[in-house]
Amino acid sequence: MFLDLFYGLRDEGVPVAIQEWQMFMTVLERGMHDTNLLSFYSLAKATLVKSETYFDAFDRVFARVFHGIEGEFSASDELMDWLNDPKNFEGLSDEQRQALENLDADELMRRFLETLEEQDERHDGGGRWIGTGGHSPFGHGGEHPTGIRVGGRSERKSAMKVAEDRRFKDYRTDVGLDIRNVKVALKRLRHLTREGLSDELDLPETVGETCKNAGEIELIYRPERRNNVRLLLLMDVGGTMDPYYEPVSRLLTALHEERGLRDFKAYYFHNCIYESIGTTADLYLKDAVPTGDVLRLLDSRWKVVIVGDAAMHPAELMNPRGNINPRYESETRGIDWLLRIQDHFERVVWLNPDPPTDWEHTRTTKAIKSIFPMLPLSLDGIQDAVTTLVGSRPSAPGITRH
Amino acid sequence: MSDENDFYRFTGTKGYIVSRPLVEAVNCAIALERPLLIKGEPGTGKTLLALNVAEGLGLPMESWHIKSTSKAAEGLYVYDTLQRLNDARFGEGNVGDIRSYIKLGPMGRVFTAENRHVLLIDEVDKADLEFPNDILRELDEMRFTVMETGDEVVARERPLVIITSNNEKELPDAFLRRCVFHFIEFPEPDLMNQIVDVHHPNLDSKLLDQVLIKFYWLRGQPDLRKKPSTSELIDWISALLRSGITQDQLDAHIPFLGSLLKNEQDTAAMSEFEERGGRMPNSWSDLGPRYNQ
Repeated sequence: MFLDLFYGLRDEGVPVAIQEWQMFMTVLERGMHDTNLLSFYSLAKATLVKSETYFDAFDRVFARVFHGIEGEFSASDELMDWLNDPKNFEGLSDEQRQALENLDADELMRRFLETLEEQDERHDGGGRWIGTGGHSPFGHGGEHPTGIRVGGRSERKSAMKVAEDRRFKDYRTDVGLDIRNVKVALKRLRHLTREGLSDELDLPETVGETCKNAGEIELIYRPERRNNVRLLLLMDVGGTMDPYYEPVSRLLTALHEERGLRDFKAYYFHNCIYESIGTTADLYLKDAVPTGDVLRLLDSRWKVVIVGDAAMHPAELMNPRGNINPRYESETRGIDWLLRIQDHFERVVWLNPDPPTDWEHTRTTKAIKSIFPMLPLSLDGIQDAVTTLVGSRPSAPGITRH
Repeated sequence: MSDENDFYRFTGTKGYIVSRPLVEAVNCAIALERPLLIKGEPGTGKTLLALNVAEGLGLPMESWHIKSTSKAAEGLYVYDTLQRLNDARFGEGNVGDIRSYIKLGPMGRVFTAENRHVLLIDEVDKADLEFPNDILRELDEMRFTVMETGDEVVARERPLVIITSNNEKELPDAFLRRCVFHFIEFPEPDLMNQIVDVHHPNLDSKLLDQVLIKFYWLRGQPDLRKKPSTSELIDWISALLRSGITQDQLDAHIPFLGSLLKNEQDTAAMSEFEERGGRMPNSWSDLGPRYNQ
């Protein structure tokens, strides 16, 4: 059953290795879980899972593997353990404690059910049987988590309840984007070089030079290491992109707040890129600049991220004068502009907010996907995009290394 | 479990409310002699945890606050070359003995200390991406060599290492594998009640209820750019208490919004909401099913 957990986690893509598993086994051997499923659950989580993004997967697997175990754990064993531990009765008089110890589990359960029937209004605290914040093993929010839970808001939930709650859904990386997550992903967008003003003391050189100088101190400075990544963002706005306003604006905010980049420029287009491109998101003609100028001004080292759904009428991509916007005359086909961009820059990625399952069903998406590496606009997708932009260059197809 | 580790068993302290899973994680790290990695939203008390673990276990604490410029070697020791150069130049100090220019860092001090310490490595994600990898061996074996002298420093007593991270950078897998991990969740209202009680004892329970309803309602707004955290709640309550606000005044209005919301768009959105006459919740049942199980 434990191995089911291990392989279940691996199947869900949680990176659990032998090392973590051994750690978990050591904990179990030492009996740290006190035969308590909730402890077992939190210890398994602490030793096996190393990122909150996997908590959701862990909860799902745990609930699946240990489904139905809870009864055995909690009904009698746990209750007796609880009763046998004098620590749980701090604040009770010896007599009260004695009275409690004289009850066996069945009796306790029976009383519990009786009390539950008798009691019809809620109360908190106090020495009566069921309520919150009291010392009774029944109720919730009390001093000890192993008590039988009667319902109500509580942090002391049973392990199965906690697992089934799946409160960590929010942290799944394949689902949503928040600005902070995106920033974390973008932090990796860097390529450190030493260029520019020398303002950092270079110690090894200083020592070396000082020695050469017969002990007369010679201070040597060098430029600080700095990020050398320049990023060009080309963004599809309006129309079919409207439903994706939130994730796209979060990406944009994160990029604008990203101070680590050497340079950052953003341009906007509608559906596809043609002769001119907007400097503002509302695409006013007067703010547009020729796309050719952009290509001329930015050298091939600029990393390019294009955000768009790539879904349009085939004519918009494949025909001359395909621009859907009547304010523009564009003789060159959209696809040629895309090919020019691909040729000009070393690294380009296309982020598509549409779900990847839809990509194969749209002709234009398929065509554009054959030009640029296309990735989904999710946290995982952005991370992959960053790797594509700054990671080591994948070897060209057809060339194999020996 | 060895007797010694039984002796070091953390159960929480008076001034710091811990959830049970957190206690388990701390004790697990103590028993396994592994570093404990703590993550969580800002303001959930990650750094405070180390202080309180140290207090709870009765151990002294050494902290190492990581900055973007921190280097792994600084935690072990720093060889003060400039000082030595200067001393050599002006004939001061004990230039002949390189050891007098080796200054131990927080990790080095903990290793050489007579008794067991808690070592806090705070905000490990602030440093360079490679930083965690650079301290792997030292954390594993609890020993390092001073290159300049060839001296080996071996920990006399294995410290309990607590590492906090704000998630600004991904930590390397090899580093994560060695840690016990705990994610401090945002406290549910029940736990929050206890936490507030520690900071503001004798708070009127009805007022507190209103405060918490407003607070969780605010946190529940999906468009919020920065959610208020526990420490902001505590500050907000201080402000409310100092101004002597009553429960009724809280009913339809959130005073001192600035102590809760730290982003101008958020503040603007809230005041717009109030101008439109938006209704604020007055009871837990207004907050939806999550708080009314």
